[in-house]
Amino acid sequence: MATVNDRAPGPAGLNDDIGEQKRLEMYRTQVVIREAEQRAYDLFLQNLVKGTSHLSLGQEAVAAGFAGAMQTGDLSFCTYRGHAHTLARGVSVEKVLGELMQRDNGLMRGKGGSMHLTSAEHGVMGSYAIIGAHLPIACGAAWRAQYKGTKDVATCFFGDGTTNIGAFHEALNFAAIWKLPVVFVCENNLYMEYTPIGDVTAVPHPAADRASAYGLERIIVDGNDADAVYRTAQAAYAKARAGDGPSLIECLTYRHSGHSRADPAKYRPEGELDRWKLRDPIKIYKERLLQFGVPEKTITDIDTDVRKIVDDATEACKAAPNPPAEIITTDVYADGGWAWRN
Amino acid sequence: MAELTYRDAVIRGIAQEMERDPDVVFLGEDVAKAGGVFKATVGLYEQFGPLRVRDTPISEQAIMGAAMGAAMTGLKPIAEIMFSDFFAVCFDYIANEFPKSRYMSNGQLKCPLVVRTGNGGGSRFGAQHSQSVENWCMMIPGLKVVAPSSPVDVIGLLAASVRDPDPVIFLEHKSLYATKGEVPDGEIVDTLGTAKILRPGKDATILALALMVPRALEAAERLKAEHGIDCEVVDVRSLVPLDTQTILGSVAKTHRLFTVEENPRLCGWGAEIVSIVADEAFYDLDGPPVRITTPHIPLPAADTLEDIVLPTPQRIVETVRRSLGS
Repeated sequence: MATVNDRAPGPAGLNDDIGEQKRLEMYRTQVVIREAEQRAYDLFLQNLVKGTSHLSLGQEAVAAGFAGAMQTGDLSFCTYRGHAHTLARGVSVEKVLGELMQRDNGLMRGKGGSMHLTSAEHGVMGSYAIIGAHLPIACGAAWRAQYKGTKDVATCFFGDGTTNIGAFHEALNFAAIWKLPVVFVCENNLYMEYTPIGDVTAVPHPAADRASAYGLERIIVDGNDADAVYRTAQAAYAKARAGDGPSLIECLTYRHSGHSRADPAKYRPEGELDRWKLRDPIKIYKERLLQFGVPEKTITDIDTDVRKIVDDATEACKAAPNPPAEIITTDVYADGGWAWRN
Repeated sequence: MAELTYRDAVIRGIAQEMERDPDVVFLGEDVAKAGGVFKATVGLYEQFGPLRVRDTPISEQAIMGAAMGAAMTGLKPIAEIMFSDFFAVCFDYIANEFPKSRYMSNGQLKCPLVVRTGNGGGSRFGAQHSQSVENWCMMIPGLKVVAPSSPVDVIGLLAASVRDPDPVIFLEHKSLYATKGEVPDGEIVDTLGTAKILRPGKDATILALALMVPRALEAAERLKAEHGIDCEVVDVRSLVPLDTQTILGSVAKTHRLFTVEENPRLCGWGAEIVSIVADEAFYDLDGPPVRITTPHIPLPAADTLEDIVLPTPQRIVETVRRSLGS
């Protein structure tokens, strides 16, 4: 039984099927996520990020690989751990940090918060904080694409914990019987919240080992390798666009921080984090770029540029006003207001 | 003008909207080839085909989620949840997803869909297939909630719901499916948020919804004939938006208010209306507002027991007569 999808890693070299330009784009996406998430953590320590936040530090390759394989018009459905997928679609760091800091310059002007990042113009059709809710919703978006004959694909990202809720199973069966152009992406970071996923799941691979129940291929990919993720995503998108139905992909990865900002992650066995950091997605990607002959300066220029973007965004957010009270009652209903009576 | 059953009005209402707009699609359990367990969707599959009228598995979350995803990306779905009691297994969509996506996204997302469902008692189905859940829905900001009592209202309010840009919960009453009423020919489109005065009167206002409307009308006729009490019967029709002005206007005229609610007593829709009237029309009242409701119990299955707990014309007559002291 295959444990890692043999579509990856594929031929090696800058002029392979991925190519230099796409690789630099995916490297940059990963660095943007890393720097923005680290900044979000630092701002939380300064009490400038309010509420909660769920970081994707360590999981950047999943977001970069899928977003890299998407086309304009493809739709992303994220969870509360959605900053990475939002940034990966090109949403500005300032708008994301602004929302985390609950300022007026945020993506939703502070009305949604960290767990609900949405940017419809970028195809980010919401981040959903009720586990499992967005899998059926992604099915609906895919149903519309099928009905209208458009070729866009809906991608639904979720964690390993989602595989044990009913909506996961309803959505998988539904997508399979209707042959919907939807790609379900399980980011298996080994922990449900604080509990190891293996302690609460009947099968070793929480997503992939369920695929056969819905007539789907068992796909596991190295979620810390953006190239492997990208190739797997490409294949799933090609299948969806050809009208051949959904895919379920389990990405093996690891979050470097706790579940949420309240969690120091003391439940992890000693040495586990260090071992995963040896396979830090950005570290291994940078090494690959160098090995493929990308000049070091090209890479450090990206690093420097991204840091400046994140620094500038931070300052802009600190200077931004709080949202005005007038927006409390806007957009409850489609008429723009909140009137429920005459 | 033709006489139509409430059940056939559902079919005609859906068909009217599907003919008008190719983006209207319909999904639910047993709704297509079987024509619905209440036979309220017979013929739609044959008329509009398998791409627009789709059978689903018994997966209420998938039905609701798929409707939402389709709605937010450009379709106008009508989803059927067979019994409104099943809202409880997909309540996340009703409480958290449909009504909050527009607000949380600061207006970026939309959710123009209709959830049709068989609501209410009288079928002897017991506590999990008989509930009146309008109050479950009314309390959630962002939803609209409609409950027609007659065939013509089914068509007109269903059309208004499909054309509405917000998520609408459309509560069809199971015990009304076989009832008949006159329906004009041609397209029928009504307006959400409008109550209807079905029987003018001067002595008391009786507010009712869905199955309670014909019961209130019967009670009003008996109150007039047997006790000389002239009641105004108002069909509330739409809980959100709520036509408060029609209600306040009626109370200003009659000075007495009765609500007839099928939902269990606590937090029923009448409680909110009584609160509004107390706030805004207290000095119009000549006596305390009175709520006639199902008691705060799960519904029993046995016909003899269910008939005792749901408000009846007899209970309405006795309550109004006693309250008015005649």
